[in-house]
Amino acid sequence: MSPTAAAGSSNRALRFFEATIVKKAVVAVTGLVLFGFVTGHMLGNLQIFLGPERLNAYAAFLKSNLELLWGARITLLISVFAHIFFTIQLWQLKNQARPVAYVKKVNSHSSAASRTMYYSGPVILAFVVYHLLHFTVGAVHPHFSETDVYSNVVYGFLQLPVALSYMVAVGLLCMHLSHGIASIPQTLGFNHPVHTPKIKAAARVIATLYFLGYASIPVGVMTGIIRLSSMSL
Amino acid sequence: MQRYEAKDVSPDMSFLEMLDVVNEKLIAEGTAPITFEHDCREGICGSCGFMINGVAHGPKSGTTVCQLHMRSFKDGDELYLEPWRAKAFPVLKDLMVDRNAFDRIIAAGGFITARTGSAQDANSIPVPKAYADRAMDAAACIGCGACVASCPNASAALFTGAKISHLGLLPQGQAERDRRALRMIAQFSSELFGSCTNIGECEAACPKHISLSVIAQMNGDYLKASVRDRGAVKESSD
Ligand code: FES
Repeated sequence: MSPTAAAGSSNRALRFFEATIVKKAVVAVTGLVLFGFVTGHMLGNLQIFLGPERLNAYAAFLKSNLELLWGARITLLISVFAHIFFTIQLWQLKNQARPVAYVKKVNSHSSAASRTMYYSGPVILAFVVYHLLHFTVGAVHPHFSETDVYSNVVYGFLQLPVALSYMVAVGLLCMHLSHGIASIPQTLGFNHPVHTPKIKAAARVIATLYFLGYASIPVGVMTGIIRLSSMSL
Repeated sequence: MQRYEAKDVSPDMSFLEMLDVVNEKLIAEGTAPITFEHDCREGICGSCGFMINGVAHGPKSGTTVCQLHMRSFKDGDELYLEPWRAKAFPVLKDLMVDRNAFDRIIAAGGFITARTGSAQDANSIPVPKAYADRAMDAAACIGCGACVASCPNASAALFTGAKISHLGLLPQGQAERDRRALRMIAQFSSELFGSCTNIGECEAACPKHISLSVIAQMNGDYLKASVRDRGAVKESSD
């Protein structure tokens, strides 16, 4: 029998992050931060149904407090970076851990969401980059206005391919969330015979509600429920 | 992949007995028999195990290959048999893999310190029922490797979690609880098992129905131990 492993790096902090359990815990905690953002962002966006004044005032309010705005942006940026950085390491490990694939393998007891996290993730990242260029920076938006967020949304979603790809992306995001939310307690060491099944069910309900919430906006624009007020025309 | 025909199979045969029949014929024909590992043939040693049609230990839940009977299949079925596939489990021959990586994880910390001399009275250490139950469930692990084999990440989290839970939940296992988690996980990583992503295929494949809760227990024990005394792994490694 070969000897057991000696401790890895001599640096304590580095050694701490060497363990896959710690890496995974970072992914869980940063995922929770990002879930918080997705929640706030959806609730903020849904104000579009209350009319242009309300949404534009909300957007102006968010931009008015620079410390808060940049504090949030930097927290999110760090979370996104750490979430992806450690996931890539775990993904590399996964590829090393099974160099020869099965000729036949059936995965019938797990959710599709759980098995596609490594694929839904990069698509969501690509979407976030596009989304920022579209609605925050305005680089890929045909009628971008710095102050009129409402009309940006309406003009943006009047383009059918944009609206459809947005819905596909939030669909994947919600799939990612359904596994992610349910996984956070497990990864951080909490599993309970009564609460864990409830958390799993809640995660699915939340994911579905968030999908409906997000998708309602492009659907609202395409069906004309959300339309341009005469002022912004 | 090699193709074999299994003739004269009775539905009452176990899967391994069916392979015995195939092998006897192969030997009689002067060809090499199919290598597979087995010992107890009663579902308690954990040495048998391979993939049958993409499922670890075959289609019957909570059953090792040796306890699986041919009545679970139909006459004429085509079965794909494959060994466990993981970097940490090198294939020795045909369906037999080397699972020493598991033994090395156990050697790293899957034990308790017991005093020598006369045994203590059995009931002198009270164990709360809930803990005893969970420890017993975890202790059902036979180390067959089906969890690694069925995990899309080829992770040994269920196995290691079972061992850490079964000792860590009992009073006798408290002295080494932190060190056990730190060392077993260090060994786990050095064997190049993948990382758990809470998919749950292991739980479904486990012939002893060990639940994902042991993985949460392991995660919690490890995180707590590494926050408490990160230096201790080094100091205590002799
Ligand atoms: S041969 Fe012992 S468990 Fe199957």
